[in-house]
Amino acid sequence: MSKVIVVTSGKGGVGKTTTSAAFAAGLASKGHRTAVIDFDVGLRNLDLIMGVERRVVYDFVNVINGEATLRQALIKDKRVDNLFILPASQTRDKDALTKEGVESVINELKTDGFEFIVCDSPAGIEKGAFMALYFADEAIIVTNPEVSSVRDSDRILGILQSKSRAAENGDVIKEHLVITRYSPERVDMGDMISLEDIVDILSVPLLAVIPESGSVLQASNSGVPVIMDIKSRAGQAYMDMTARFLGEDIPHRFLDIEKKGFFKKLFG
Amino acid sequence: MGLFDIFRRDRKKNTANVAKERLQILIAHEHSRAGAPDYFPEMRDEIMDVIKKYVAVDDKGLNVKLEKGDDYDVLELNITLPERR
Repeated sequence: MSKVIVVTSGKGGVGKTTTSAAFAAGLASKGHRTAVIDFDVGLRNLDLIMGVERRVVYDFVNVINGEATLRQALIKDKRVDNLFILPASQTRDKDALTKEGVESVINELKTDGFEFIVCDSPAGIEKGAFMALYFADEAIIVTNPEVSSVRDSDRILGILQSKSRAAENGDVIKEHLVITRYSPERVDMGDMISLEDIVDILSVPLLAVIPESGSVLQASNSGVPVIMDIKSRAGQAYMDMTARFLGEDIPHRFLDIEKKGFFKKLFG
Repeated sequence: MGLFDIFRRDRKKNTANVAKERLQILIAHEHSRAGAPDYFPEMRDEIMDVIKKYVAVDDKGLNVKLEKGDDYDVLELNITLPERR
């Protein structure tokens, strides 16, 4: 039984691609055959975050148009077994994505035995974002603790609940909230909305909180999903997220202010 | 938290609470609009025109709301008539 999961947010720059890459790599590392699809046609970036930018030959739109087979376009990750990347086209625009085309690719991935199909949505609520969420069984809403991000997440939740195929069929998409760039210190100072307030406003069950961490930028610099940086807090938080998604009962971490030791207090 | 943070904290406003309140109001407002049929804004304008034909009301005096119930929706029209002289 395969599951289609959309990673979406409405607002740009909140960590959709970072989350898609980390989550897909996490699922694959747990032994699940996983494909991650970049829906940001015209502005592809998942290939770069995954470090496969030099291996792109064919893309999603080529497959939809019958210019390449799915097998030709899928890039197999060299670090994690079971992980495949389907890059977006860089030269077309979002109209190249059709409902029928997207559906046929998703169906082929399902027949090929992919357990999880992760759809990395572009920002906005235009065609690309709509296509990414239309066939979803579950949705991961990525939100920053910041007003415009929370509002846009609420908008995209409304679209999920009214415009998706599941909604059209009277079904419900299972929603998960992932809060990224969270800083307990700033929450404590009253500068940042707390995760409790975000959960309260959006009323979506919390899947994970990813702490603000320099390792996210370092990972993207190097083209390595941050989940592979097992020493980093962000990497560990994404590992927890994956495990929780798969049904493990794991407490949330990195929600409290880091206790500074005596020397750290002294020298900062 | 250092010694000086105690003073800093009092002086600065808790902007996180401001953010939360603004979001709660905004999202409640946006939800009340969502799900309204496409013809809704046009219908509102037409109703407004009819009322204006008979009574001098301004746009602010008319409030049209659609409330979603479980098995029925309620269309609520709230018209503030001008003060009687």
